[in-house]
Amino acid sequence: MCLGIPGKVLNIKDEMAEVDFGGVKRTVSLLLCPEVKVGDYVLVHVGFAITKLEEEEAKETLKLLEEYLGREELD
Amino acid sequence: MEEKSLIEAIRALHDGPIRLMEVCGTHTVSISRAGIRVVLPKGIELLSGPGCPVCVTPQEEIKQAMDLAREKDTLLLTFGDLMRVPTKYGSFETLKAEGTDIRVILSPFDAIRIAEENSGKRVVFFSVGFETTAPAVAATILEAKKRDIKNLFFLSAHKLIPPALRALLEGRRVLIDGFILPGHVSVIIGREPYEFIPRDFGIPCVITGFEPQDILEGILMLLQQKRKKRAEVQIQYKRAVRPEGNPRARALMEKVFEERDSRWRGLGLIPLSGLGLRESFKDMDAQRVFELKEPEPIPDPPNCKCAEILQGLLKPPECPLFGKTCTPQHPIGPCMVSSEGSCSAYYRYGDGEFYA
Amino acid sequence: MHDKVLLAHGAGGGASYDLIRKFFLTFFSNKVLQALDDAAVLSLDGSRLAFTIDAYVVYPLFFPGGNIGKLALCGTVNDLSVMGAKPLGIAVAYILEEGFPMEDLERITSSLSEMAKEVGVWVVTGDTKVVPKGTSHGLFLITSGIGLIEEGVFLSGSRAKPRDVVIVSGPIGDHEAAVILARGEFAIEGDLKSDCAPLWDLVRSILKVTKNVHVMRDPTRGGLATSLWEIAQSSKVGIVIEEESIPVRREVLALCELLGFDPYYLASEGRLIVIAPEEEAERILSAMREHPLGREGKIIGNVVEENPGRVLLKTKIGGHRLLEPLMGSQFPRIC
Repeated sequence: MCLGIPGKVLNIKDEMAEVDFGGVKRTVSLLLCPEVKVGDYVLVHVGFAITKLEEEEAKETLKLLEEYLGREELD
Repeated sequence: MEEKSLIEAIRALHDGPIRLMEVCGTHTVSISRAGIRVVLPKGIELLSGPGCPVCVTPQEEIKQAMDLAREKDTLLLTFGDLMRVPTKYGSFETLKAEGTDIRVILSPFDAIRIAEENSGKRVVFFSVGFETTAPAVAATILEAKKRDIKNLFFLSAHKLIPPALRALLEGRRVLIDGFILPGHVSVIIGREPYEFIPRDFGIPCVITGFEPQDILEGILMLLQQKRKKRAEVQIQYKRAVRPEGNPRARALMEKVFEERDSRWRGLGLIPLSGLGLRESFKDMDAQRVFELKEPEPIPDPPNCKCAEILQGLLKPPECPLFGKTCTPQHPIGPCMVSSEGSCSAYYRYGDGEFYA
Repeated sequence: MHDKVLLAHGAGGGASYDLIRKFFLTFFSNKVLQALDDAAVLSLDGSRLAFTIDAYVVYPLFFPGGNIGKLALCGTVNDLSVMGAKPLGIAVAYILEEGFPMEDLERITSSLSEMAKEVGVWVVTGDTKVVPKGTSHGLFLITSGIGLIEEGVFLSGSRAKPRDVVIVSGPIGDHEAAVILARGEFAIEGDLKSDCAPLWDLVRSILKVTKNVHVMRDPTRGGLATSLWEIAQSSKVGIVIEEESIPVRREVLALCELLGFDPYYLASEGRLIVIAPEEEAERILSAMREHPLGREGKIIGNVVEENPGRVLLKTKIGGHRLLEPLMGSQFPRIC
């Protein structure tokens, strides 16, 4: 347990953030991580940010994900 | 560190049979999907413990939710993971096929929207998951209370990981040389709740992430601890896990939920291992509102060895039903139905020897 | 077998497979049907005709990259194309829900008609029925097609041979990913379009450079993994593909991450799998890449003797993983 996906916070309104997960976006609740700011990377589980990821470390995850899956920009 | 060098480092450090247990369904899946067992040297055994909410939710709790779903003007919501769990009475999927209104949601917040859109119905969220998910549900309950939503109820089947680990170890039946601890549960609870494992049982632990690289690093760190004859709780998943966890998430969880004894499929009753809504939220607690009694335990099918497998005592092929009457296409026990279950993973990926 | 029909039975995976083999085949057993390819092959005076039928129940009816009309025409044309058959005629049956807007019917029919023109095939016969309001999502379509298989072309799921290469014409899963987004159930936004497209022209360009091709398939419901599994079963061979080689758009991957889905099980509606002898690979890839629908064509693996009936995925870290057929639609996971 459990799927936690890294994403980047694009904008915030009323404790809800629009998060970019590398091409698709979803609105995410910041109720568990109120200190998050626009531009931060967060780990998201069931539509809630559960922690802030340090940018360097988050990029590592995204890079790991992309590298692991062996893909570069296709479009 | 690159995967290939990690694998080499593991090979170099490895010096005898070692049994490592992961207690997170997502780890089971990640390990299987990356084909990690295939690349590990023989002798490093990866066991799957009771970390799959699908696998450990007892039949009677699912049946209770199914019974509620069948009632008039009731809409049941649950996570997709549960839809195919087989019980003596069918699954949510088969119940849905009969016309019962059961819907899959991706976030507990969706339950609020659905309740608002269906004011004429009683919307019940059958809420399952460990400490990663409980805070999100707690936040949702608080929000629902704030908005004064009257037709939304929560049936909590949440369980807690550290008590299960303690029960596993106190049972003294399994020999485990190291724990790959769940990365996302740990984001919430931090390091402290696991300290009893090295302290009281001398077993090394590493809180690990979910990418293949993370898992390989975690395994390497466990081997290093063993080599140095040390036992502590280390954090491999530094980018997400702080030693103190997420205090705000825990605070919300504690505000809404209280610990209670809980039954785990396969493991039986474990004290204070589950979460129920507090008295102050009784109007949203499905248990209280619908006067649900403690359900009668439903035994697993005869010869089903999920219990032993969940404890790491048996390997899937040692279950008499494995691969014969119990397959991913026709699962009998939970370990087979869930893609994260040990049996399902084993059936698909074998022990690594399959591809020799 | 279950005593009720489940959604899983229509998902194109293992449950659908079971329903066909263990149920329907007991009523309709004949050697033409038993080949269970994408189209049936009938002989007529020395020629071979391909004959196929499909039902379309997609929801929503309109999605980025197309609509049910375009999907239906392409789907049937593609089932003929992968048998190497030039489409000769299409039949369309409409099941319309009472109250369905004429404007939508026009858009859908117009798309279907445009696609047919693009392919160069006529819609030669059809039927229309109307059902009471509330009994469908607005519109179901059933399309049937007949085509003429070129001389010297023998394509079938049972013809894959060890050492054949496995080629895919482009990124997989776009269609289903786009439809999931369009359904709006999970409030996820993304810029994905269905890959829905007619494949006859691409198939023809490939067959022009060589007829020495064993299998062609379009990975629809059940995705790449299920299609390859069916071929492995039918040909009694093993198939090994490499994770690193399989093209998937990053947006599709991101969506899969969010829902806990596996991209290898997502349907495409305009991609081609080609399995052919090793020595034909370069020629086929060239022809494929010259075509607008095949620019991203790649070799993703090959056919082997070992582990017949199974599909193995080689993972990036050097491990293996079995790709079983989809067992019913994927439910989003949180775990």
